[in-house]
Amino acid sequence: MSPFNNDLEVPDGWGFVQTIDRRDFLKLTTTGLLVMFFVEPLIGRGSRELPQGGRGGGTPADLNAFLHIGVDGRVTCLVGKVELGQGAMTSLPQLAAEELNVPLGSVDIVMGDTDLCPFDSGTFGSLSIRQFGPVLRSAAAEAKGVLLEMAAERLQVPVAELSVENGTVVHKTDRTKRVTYGQLTEGKRIERRLAGRPALEAVSAFTIVGKTTPRRDALEKVTGKAKYAGDVIPTGALHARIVRPPAHGATLATLDTTAAEKMPGVRIVHDRELVAVLHAHRDEADKALGLVKATYTPSASTLTDATIFDHLVNVAPAGDTPFRGGDLAMGEKLATMVFSETYRKGYVAHAAMETHSAVAAVENGKATVWAGTQTPFPLKSQVAAALGLTADKVRVITPYVGGGFGGKSASQQGVEAARLAMAAGVPVRVVWSREEEFYFDTFDPAAVHTIRSGIDAAKKIVFWDLVAVGSGSRGVEHIYDIPNHRTVVRGGWNGNPAGMHPFGIGPWRAPGANANAWARESQIDVMAAKAGMDPVEFRLHNLADARMRRVLQAAVKAFGWTSQPGPSGRGMGVACGIDAGTYAVNMAQVKVDKATGRIQVVRLLSVQDMGVVVNPEGAKQQTEGCLTMGMGYSLAEEVHFKDGEVLDTNFDTYQLPRFSWLPKIETVLLDSPELAAQGAGEPAIVPMGAVLANAVFDAIGARVHQLPMTPARVLAAIKG
Amino acid sequence: MKTVSFTLNGKPTRVTTDENRLLLWVLRDDLGLTGTKFGCGQASCGSCTVVINSDAVRACATAVGDVEGKTVTTIEGVATDGRLHPLQDAFIKHAAFQCGFCTSGMIMGAYAKLLKDPKTPPAEVLKELEDHLCRCGAHVRIVDAVTTAAAAMKGGAR
Repeated sequence: MSPFNNDLEVPDGWGFVQTIDRRDFLKLTTTGLLVMFFVEPLIGRGSRELPQGGRGGGTPADLNAFLHIGVDGRVTCLVGKVELGQGAMTSLPQLAAEELNVPLGSVDIVMGDTDLCPFDSGTFGSLSIRQFGPVLRSAAAEAKGVLLEMAAERLQVPVAELSVENGTVVHKTDRTKRVTYGQLTEGKRIERRLAGRPALEAVSAFTIVGKTTPRRDALEKVTGKAKYAGDVIPTGALHARIVRPPAHGATLATLDTTAAEKMPGVRIVHDRELVAVLHAHRDEADKALGLVKATYTPSASTLTDATIFDHLVNVAPAGDTPFRGGDLAMGEKLATMVFSETYRKGYVAHAAMETHSAVAAVENGKATVWAGTQTPFPLKSQVAAALGLTADKVRVITPYVGGGFGGKSASQQGVEAARLAMAAGVPVRVVWSREEEFYFDTFDPAAVHTIRSGIDAAKKIVFWDLVAVGSGSRGVEHIYDIPNHRTVVRGGWNGNPAGMHPFGIGPWRAPGANANAWARESQIDVMAAKAGMDPVEFRLHNLADARMRRVLQAAVKAFGWTSQPGPSGRGMGVACGIDAGTYAVNMAQVKVDKATGRIQVVRLLSVQDMGVVVNPEGAKQQTEGCLTMGMGYSLAEEVHFKDGEVLDTNFDTYQLPRFSWLPKIETVLLDSPELAAQGAGEPAIVPMGAVLANAVFDAIGARVHQLPMTPARVLAAIKG
Repeated sequence: MKTVSFTLNGKPTRVTTDENRLLLWVLRDDLGLTGTKFGCGQASCGSCTVVINSDAVRACATAVGDVEGKTVTTIEGVATDGRLHPLQDAFIKHAAFQCGFCTSGMIMGAYAKLLKDPKTPPAEVLKELEDHLCRCGAHVRIVDAVTTAAAAMKGGAR
């Protein structure tokens, strides 16, 4: 059974076209209308902040959008983004349908196929709607413009007299004059390079965008039919289990595969440093791997999850000062109270439920890789380089991705599958074990924040001096009205000295912004408490940003927050954050068991201003996910390690949020039609560490200065 | 090598293989039923949950020989006669998933509870799901979906 049989699959209704053969696609495009767009390279927030290392690469000024309108009037969006649960396969077609004036049900989408879709640097940074959305809208609007011109020629009337209704161009007064998109495109192939920007539909005229739209992936996902990379089984494919070292920095000393080779059906493949056992059945490949005898020279690393913080402070680069203003010394003189605090946060795993998976087949000098990846195009380049092929000989296809959160920006498993497939001469499936996943994960980096700040007699923040080590610059800027301030960022995604981190680090849902907000918003609460002010009032007292004030005030109303200085014993907390263009305020209520140190979150509220909301239900799903996932890094998730060895190897010790953790969750999306659609996948997770730390302080009068707030740390904080 | 006979999603099934092999990989690799997912390999995440007779079982920790003569239901066998199960309807209605990778296991865990007793209260069904992990944080919607499905089944839906 091979689910990817190179047949053209156009599902009924609104489909996610997972596979189209290139030949079939070219056939399609010669009988349809192909609108090509050349747009300026989009400079995203990610361009500076995200790890490059050959996988971010540059964003070439290449074709950035394809939109195909078939002879039957069906529209196919071809986008390099992938569907990893965030719902872009549902929301992106809304944008296209809106601009084209076609029924949503006539729009299909192909995602993450490097042969069919235009280049895309990757699905991260909450950019699918925020940055790619406008590109797709422009493409659709321009296609509509082209079709209107063609219709005007066909009907012999001026364009101004025409309008579009459900994919049919109609004369505004003589309604017998009409022609469908399908009739216009029939038998023609039109390519246009577009110069000016087309007029986009006004927000007030939206009929599809802004309406809750059911997820397109629902039926496949509840019936087990949804295909992920590990579910692709080409004929003759073998599972590969790769021989791995026990610790980062350990090197292979001796290798003996004789016992494994004796198992029926096992093949051993060597490709430079890669050694793998192959078998048609995964469990037998596992067994064979267990028979491989390998010895290693130990890692030179002596770091542990306890010593890492001093190490980071010692070795992090001197760093940059991205934000400064006023005069710190002057500010300190004005201060009547000065606060000096340090905040720490450990490494956090992505722990997507689908481990990194890929299947590769190399035939006739062409490699096809099905991969669970957030970066199909960078993976294509990596595979080409690894196999010594030109890029046109590599195709990466991205089926459904079983969660990413930044962790599948790195797609090592795709290169491994391709190399092994080439070496073995058969299709190879690489599905990492959970242990491999924890070993090779590019963790959210540990971070240390030191903040000195002060308030004057009027309870105004007069200076702010922050040094952030390890967490980069995303969301590190203070958001308050502070005249004298300096923000130093030491170490982020690039330019770290070798050995700063004992293993790979990488983007994790709102990279670095979680740590940066946790430190900032904790410090604000420290000051509010000492000032004897309610933490919301203290924020408003020091906050000029009208947009954030509005969000904060909306949260007060939605939560029913009443003013009381902390610690009030109520266990209520507030924290703010700005991420991916969205303003987020979270409020929480917790209960703390003072005997055990255990925290139970009772209530969580998220209020966001994310501009135009494309699919309100989808945005709510993302927000709920942020709040739930955010409880994990705040309360329990921390990677333990020693001497290069990752000690958490599975979910028996690494604890994710569970049903019993679940508080009452409320989500408010503020009406904000004057602002373009901003990010929805990350902002609400950013304030989670601080909102819970602040709620814990409010409950017990003791502040935890390290994430996650494990029971032991809560007890230590109570003891002082 | 042994021939293991069992009923899989209502159909008599025979597999000739090492009886100590794991049900998860026999389902996925030998029988092509890929709806049952591999998540952890040590019965810690629930992604591979299938129903044997009427019990939710982790297929990654079950030898295929153990299902001899038994009835095995996977996510592919939950919808019958072209009709979705009330749990599937409810998961769609509430969008009780994001990436979908834990969904098969979630549905199978809840399915087993409701199969044993269609009147099982939602809170009891959720207890069964405590050891099912979802990284996307769809929990709040899964709770809603289970509640809806349990109500429908209590009312006689199947």
